[in-house]
Amino acid sequence: MFFRMLRGILVRQKGKMLMIALTIALGASLATAMLNVMMDVGDKVNQELKTYGANITVYPKNASILNDIYDVEGGAQDAYLKESELGNIKTIFWAFNIVDFAPFIDTTVSLDDGGEVTLVGTWFNHHLDLPTGESLDAGVSSLRSWWDVTSGAWLDEQAMADADEAMLGSGVASRLGVKAGDVIHVKASSGEADLTVVGVYDAGGDEDDQIYAPLDTVQRLTDTDGLLSSIEVSAITTPDNELAVKAAQNPAALTIAQYETWYCTAYASSICYQIQEVITDSVASPVRQVADSEGEILEKTHLLMVLITILSLLGSALGISNLVTASVMERGAEIGLLKAIGAHDASVSGMVLTEIVITAIIGGVVGYFAGFGFAQIIGQTVFGSAIEMKAMVIPIVGVLVICVSLAGSIPAIRTLLRLRPAEVLHGR
Amino acid sequence: MSLLELKNISKIYGELKALDNVSINVEKGEWLAIMGPSGSGKSTMMNIIGCMDKPSLGEVLLDGVDISKESAKNLTTIRRDKIGLIFQQFHLVNYLTAVENVMVAQYYHSLPDEKEAMEALARVGLSERAKHLPSQLSGGEQQRVCVARALINHPEVVLADEPTGNLDEANENIVLDLFRQLHREGTTLIVVTHDPEVAEAAQRTIVLDHGRVAREVINENFAD
Repeated sequence: MFFRMLRGILVRQKGKMLMIALTIALGASLATAMLNVMMDVGDKVNQELKTYGANITVYPKNASILNDIYDVEGGAQDAYLKESELGNIKTIFWAFNIVDFAPFIDTTVSLDDGGEVTLVGTWFNHHLDLPTGESLDAGVSSLRSWWDVTSGAWLDEQAMADADEAMLGSGVASRLGVKAGDVIHVKASSGEADLTVVGVYDAGGDEDDQIYAPLDTVQRLTDTDGLLSSIEVSAITTPDNELAVKAAQNPAALTIAQYETWYCTAYASSICYQIQEVITDSVASPVRQVADSEGEILEKTHLLMVLITILSLLGSALGISNLVTASVMERGAEIGLLKAIGAHDASVSGMVLTEIVITAIIGGVVGYFAGFGFAQIIGQTVFGSAIEMKAMVIPIVGVLVICVSLAGSIPAIRTLLRLRPAEVLHGR
Repeated sequence: MSLLELKNISKIYGELKALDNVSINVEKGEWLAIMGPSGSGKSTMMNIIGCMDKPSLGEVLLDGVDISKESAKNLTTIRRDKIGLIFQQFHLVNYLTAVENVMVAQYYHSLPDEKEAMEALARVGLSERAKHLPSQLSGGEQQRVCVARALINHPEVVLADEPTGNLDEANENIVLDLFRQLHREGTTLIVVTHDPEVAEAAQRTIVLDHGRVAREVINENFAD
């Protein structure tokens, strides 16, 4: 009989129940959209932030000590990293969070005009076959994506001819009066070369007074085959917390449980630690300014999303509360009658709550799929890419919908318990 | 021992006495009518007898049990087990069919039995209309569904509040005939009415005025 009564209400009073289901669906869709976006926004924002460059630098251990003592950038003489270990960076626990990286070796070269300039050897779009069997293209063309190439084009390592090529900073190009297609002669400690200028870039910083050439060209000119002075890494990281700060100071001070949590979370410090494990005699350190800014932006974005989700659920709870209370008031005579013919408060409340839960489930399912659609609209509009469906959102939205629906029903249940059959049946 | 005994009951709202020191006895199998003008205390008395309200003073003994001291939860149980209610406005559940409306009373009493509910509807001449919703039934038919619902759990007392108040003469006669049949079968009937014709159908009539029993009339011409 209980189910016949439920069916009667749900089928024969579908207009009212549809209104409640729609309100629940609206709240669920907002919660679904916001939770999906919130869980994916970290990766999305991180991807956006990655276009602003590397957030981890790796130096040889000896050079790093000198850096710390004298507070200078760059390597020390005779302190190098091994080029052969570069691919190991993509084998660490957080390999998928390593978006890009580039090796560097620099030297001072003399030019034909008698002046000196820094020549930096690096990857531009280097194709790398990894020990894992995967392959990737890495280098400064993506790591320095903000460079404005004012003449010529980016140096394409994969299409490079036998001749040595280079890209000139706008300062050097202007000083030498050269443009794309011209050839400059450089003289280094262990050799000299004619470099064909394939592009001139404007970086808006010190790099405008430097020349960038392929890594092997500079290694040949400095007699440092297979050696590197530094590596820059762009990684998707999790904002630091107390644990990350403590670990960054001394990982050995952590308990085993803390260590495991820290190691298995993509903190900048744990990624640095793991890079050090795979690059011999290296010191990896986060570029604090970038990492901190990323963390702050992520935290604020998350907070905004959480607030919007909470507000949308509150709005939904209020809507449900009003609709259910109005529905109970409208059904006052019916509920009074049920009490008059022997229904106890618990059984009447149970029936009303079951109606609400069934309606909530229907509204919740509809709302979930609608919300996922909203998330895609947000993803395409704001980030230009799809928002990934997070399985974790389903139970969260399910629990939220049921809790909000039940909480929204509390005023209605209180009204229902106060109903006295004698009063409602006599129309008082 | 009477089936129902009201001993010096009063119902007081602030300074208003809706019932003022009323005492009534109703015997098992008796058909009693309660009459009176508006505001005389009829509905208040019905609510108290029907376990939907409690008196401010006095005792109400139903089958020897003082129901004036019972909790709201116990009153619901007593109402469910011992009283069948019929209302002027019918009060059927509008999303349930006629037979389902009868079964609701069974559901809250014990176990719903569709066959028994159909027999109850047949008894009031509505077996053909069992699957109809209240909105598809006439006023007389709705009231007969209410009678079937009131009888389905074999109550000690059937309490009817203006049962013919919303009916035309033909349907009024059908309902009164049903009451006569119930009386013959030994059912105790208490009918609250302002209609003298309905009151004359009962064995005894109590007339209330300003919350007091103004007079009591025995129907000399009463015939089943």
